[in-house]
Amino acid sequence: MTEGPRPERVRVTGPPRRHTPRRRTGDIDDETRLGSVYLGSLLREQLRLAARTILVLVVTVGSLPLAFRVFPGLSEVTVLGIPLAWLLLGGLVYPFLVLLGWRYVRRAERNERDFADLLGEIER
Amino acid sequence: MSTETVTGLVAVVLVTLATLLIGTWGLRFSRTTSDFFVASRSVRPALNASAISGEYLSAASFLGVAGLVLTFGADMLWYPIGWTAGYLLLLVLVAAPLRRSGAYTLPDFAEARLGSRRVRATCSVMVVAIGWLYLLPQFHGAGLTIRAAIGAPTWVGPVIVGAVVLANVTSGGMRSITFVQAFQYWLKLTALLLPLVVLLIVWVGDGTPGSRMPVDDSWSVPLASGGSEGLYLTYSLIIATFLGTMGLPHVVVRFYTNPDGRAARRTTLVVLVLLGIFYVLPPVYGALGRIYAGELAASGRSDVLVLELPRLMVPGIGGELLAGLVTAGAFAAFLSTSSGLTIAVAGVISQDVTGKAFGNRRLTGITAFRVAAVIAVAVPLAIALAVPSIGVARAVGLAFAVAASTFCPLLLLGIWWRGLTDVGAFTGMLAGGLGSGAGVMWTLLEGSATGWPAVLLEQPAAWSVPLAFAVMIGVSRATASRVPVHTRRFMVRLHTPEALDLDRG
Repeated sequence: MTEGPRPERVRVTGPPRRHTPRRRTGDIDDETRLGSVYLGSLLREQLRLAARTILVLVVTVGSLPLAFRVFPGLSEVTVLGIPLAWLLLGGLVYPFLVLLGWRYVRRAERNERDFADLLGEIER
Repeated sequence: MSTETVTGLVAVVLVTLATLLIGTWGLRFSRTTSDFFVASRSVRPALNASAISGEYLSAASFLGVAGLVLTFGADMLWYPIGWTAGYLLLLVLVAAPLRRSGAYTLPDFAEARLGSRRVRATCSVMVVAIGWLYLLPQFHGAGLTIRAAIGAPTWVGPVIVGAVVLANVTSGGMRSITFVQAFQYWLKLTALLLPLVVLLIVWVGDGTPGSRMPVDDSWSVPLASGGSEGLYLTYSLIIATFLGTMGLPHVVVRFYTNPDGRAARRTTLVVLVLLGIFYVLPPVYGALGRIYAGELAASGRSDVLVLELPRLMVPGIGGELLAGLVTAGAFAAFLSTSSGLTIAVAGVISQDVTGKAFGNRRLTGITAFRVAAVIAVAVPLAIALAVPSIGVARAVGLAFAVAASTFCPLLLLGIWWRGLTDVGAFTGMLAGGLGSGAGVMWTLLEGSATGWPAVLLEQPAAWSVPLAFAVMIGVSRATASRVPVHTRRFMVRLHTPEALDLDRG
């Protein structure tokens, strides 16, 4: 047995088997370019949805004053004895506004769910 | 004392008592400063939507619309449409981000977004200006109603409304006001719907007079007269009301009482439903008034149409009872809107004026709020007693124009555009505020110009809103180096769902 310096103990380890999950929320918190892309996509999606809703509003309700001015004949139309103008402006416009709002809320919530799903996915 | 006076008096006393009682009941839940300001952010969508609608349906909606329709005809249907559609724009552009911003008032939002004391101060001044401009017609309407109901002098109504509002607001703050206003929406709806059903039955019993109106009658046709100036006025009104709603201080404050952004959206949707149901009714009063009460328009008293019509159409005690109910609804309208405005204005005054330290003394949160509430009511009350009314709906329309020209660009660009700077926001609000303010001053002082200049000043929104946007965007671009460093983090806070675990700054 020869006396020599004792070899240093070496800890032998294998490559890590378990991957620590990294959430994509980290990308947004750290303001990485990827995070910026995620956030930008949500913003763009929501803004596009809002713009579409407003466009429908402008084209339908917003065009009524012009329509009654350009086509004076419209004001002579009556439905069930009620002048068309009164039926549209005094009644039907309200359920239409609710319908637009309802559609918007459904889609906006879906956009947010998609965004949450995207960020919830775990990087591998 | 005639029966007329008695039913009117009973109606007003009952509404006042119910308001105070519900307010006191709400007081039991109202303990902290947070309860006072935002009902501790725990109001559910259905209750909150009733409260928002109750607060929003003011004297202009309850009395003004029917009167305008009676006098000017179908063009005036755009007022209620605009007041409702304003909530659709608020829903799609502002509701959820505004709630998520975590700020309580518009000045808070501006300061958090832009990090500038100067923009904050500008916003505070605008909130107080718009609030007072909106309170003025409420007090005028109250005077009108009390005179029509019990024959008291016109100063009595404003003083009663001012006193009840102060009692409620200073005792319970936002928490108790939420219950009061939810109750008042349903009261207002009943007070308009029930008499209308009876009146329509009477109208059918009379053989539906006037249902075969000659269609060439300019009253029943929108834009029959007025030419291109009429078209301008209608579109300008549409812009002011569609975009102004999101900038009204008392509406905005209500959004912070939602638990989260998703609830804020759902609340707004329910508000759209509740307002839609309500706004079908006043134009029918206007149309019936055209048949039964044409002389009101001729004598310039069209604002009292809703109050007088039941008495004119139903003789005897039945008509008196219906008139009492309508009076109760009208009174509820002044109380709820004035309360909401007072809370909003007092919130700003207490944060920026009475809550500050004077020398070594500094008022505590709730005391500062109470002192601010007194200031918020006293000033417009004094003005209302001093200057004559310019028409309830018209004055409210001006408040919308100012809100659309100042807060609407600030909110839209602040929420959706990363490039907004403090200098841009300040100059843009200044431009829009001065432009629309010129219109307000001109109308209040009854300017005497005619033709296009008069038309442009009477309804300034169509040019003052684009002007404010253009200045805000242009100046922000020119001062791009001043974009706040925390802008991106703030955008994360505004637009991402609360359930996500993110750093929101």
